[in-house]
Amino acid sequence: MLKLDEIQKRLLSEVAGLHEVPEGAYNIRSDSESAGRASTANIDIIPREDGKGLTVKVKSGTKNESVHIPVVMTKSGLKEVVYNDFYIGEDADIIIVAGCGIDNCGPKDSEHDGIHRFYLEKGAKVKYVEKHYGSGSGTGKRILNPGTEVYLKENSSMEMEMVQIKGVDDTNRTTTAELDKGAKLVVRERLMTHGDQKATSNYVVSLNGEGASADLVSRSVAKNTSYQKFDAKLVGNAACSGHTECDSIIMDEGKILAVPALEANDVDAALVHEAAIGKIAGDQIIKLMTLGLTEQEAEEQIINGFLK
Amino acid sequence: MLELKNVSFQVEEDGSNIEIIRDISLVIPDNKLVVITGPNGGGKSTLARLIAGIEKPTSGQILLDGEDITEMSITDRARKGIGFAFQQPVRFKGIQVLDLIRLATGKNNLSTAQACDYLSAVGLCAREYIDRELNSSLSGGELKRIEIATVLAKASRLSVFDEPEAGIDLWSFGNLIQVFEGMQKTINGSSILIISHQERILNIADDVIILKDGRLAAHGKRQEILPELLDSASATMPCRQNGVSKGDGQEC
Repeated sequence: MLKLDEIQKRLLSEVAGLHEVPEGAYNIRSDSESAGRASTANIDIIPREDGKGLTVKVKSGTKNESVHIPVVMTKSGLKEVVYNDFYIGEDADIIIVAGCGIDNCGPKDSEHDGIHRFYLEKGAKVKYVEKHYGSGSGTGKRILNPGTEVYLKENSSMEMEMVQIKGVDDTNRTTTAELDKGAKLVVRERLMTHGDQKATSNYVVSLNGEGASADLVSRSVAKNTSYQKFDAKLVGNAACSGHTECDSIIMDEGKILAVPALEANDVDAALVHEAAIGKIAGDQIIKLMTLGLTEQEAEEQIINGFLK
Repeated sequence: MLELKNVSFQVEEDGSNIEIIRDISLVIPDNKLVVITGPNGGGKSTLARLIAGIEKPTSGQILLDGEDITEMSITDRARKGIGFAFQQPVRFKGIQVLDLIRLATGKNNLSTAQACDYLSAVGLCAREYIDRELNSSLSGGELKRIEIATVLAKASRLSVFDEPEAGIDLWSFGNLIQVFEGMQKTINGSSILIISHQERILNIADDVIILKDGRLAAHGKRQEILPELLDSASATMPCRQNGVSKGDGQEC
């Protein structure tokens, strides 16, 4: 069964909040091998034959169950591309917790590219949580390039919470979604970059069916000399509603490029975008200083709150 | 006790120096409620900001309980016991009312029930507000009351309020006055400094200070200052007499 060293356990706790073997279905991938796997009566986790990923099948009507598929990497120089496909049956309602933690103490780059595809049948409901975390003092970079494809059939819904707060040097995130009639997509992305990190996030969400809706909100903080790009495109192909918001705090010599885009191909498509980039307001710091916080403590509180 | 000795403050504008505060010396004794009033642009808010450390005087000294705090940072002054309520409270995305009250008390483990007491004191239904974010979903009036609650929670030796009545038209003045009276009772030896135009707030002052053109135009007991002030004000600003603020409550 599970054999993890202390670093692997710490990464697992950072990305999935796990201290023990999770309940329900799970697969823990550690340094390119499965460190433990379990299916349940309703959720089947099947490894791909080439060893590069999983197929997860959730039976129709499955309720209140969870799937944990965290990845931890502790060997410097490891590079992998993993394909995980999720088939969610009609009216199922489940939570999927993914996430990747890289600890790189060596000189070589470590890279995990996770390609996730979600196929939700009619009325299915998924809450997806993905956390990225990097640590280690090596000169090798910690690189994560997640690719996500979401296919939402009639009246299905997916809520995605994506968090990357610390230690990942290079990220290129690509997310595409196709929504049928009445389907709903909610995305909450939180990102903080520091040092000379680079993070780009690209979304293309196509609202193809009547009553489809999408709400994409990204909150980010760019510190030091880091660079972020947020590129979100909503395409309205029917009577639908879409909202995208990019709200960023810029600090030091950070750079942020926000590229919200809307494309309406139907007269009844209602699409809205908002984007704001700015430094921490001086008054916010002063207010917290009048409560006895130092300038640095005030800054930390403001950022913690913003990314909460 | 707070003491200002010959405090002046200048700013540079278009190459010339403008004096905002001119050679002010005064004492705010312990256990006193002091109201600073006077015409707009007279330097009231600047004086409050000088006391909180948000601005530093060009010359002169500020002493708290005999200690020179003139060069002290905002943080150090706050830790020494100075509280400050902004005229226009600040919004924070993501920070919740409970977070801010905890920061104000300096107690991370302050219970929700204890935090709610401060909100109730400013007339807010605590349960509805405690988890709210301090963002644009709150009205100016709600933010103002939360601002007052944070200063209440900080329980300072000297609490400075910059126009606390502005924007809280819907909340009765009686409650606001109760907040000040309660603070004096519960915080031992504390003094309160309020910048206000409102007659009802002037009516609860022990001492009244009038600032005009950056100078101390008058300073004394309320009973001595107020009659004279109201006589001169009634000619120009009738709204002061009935204690109602207009519009957004910024000024009569």
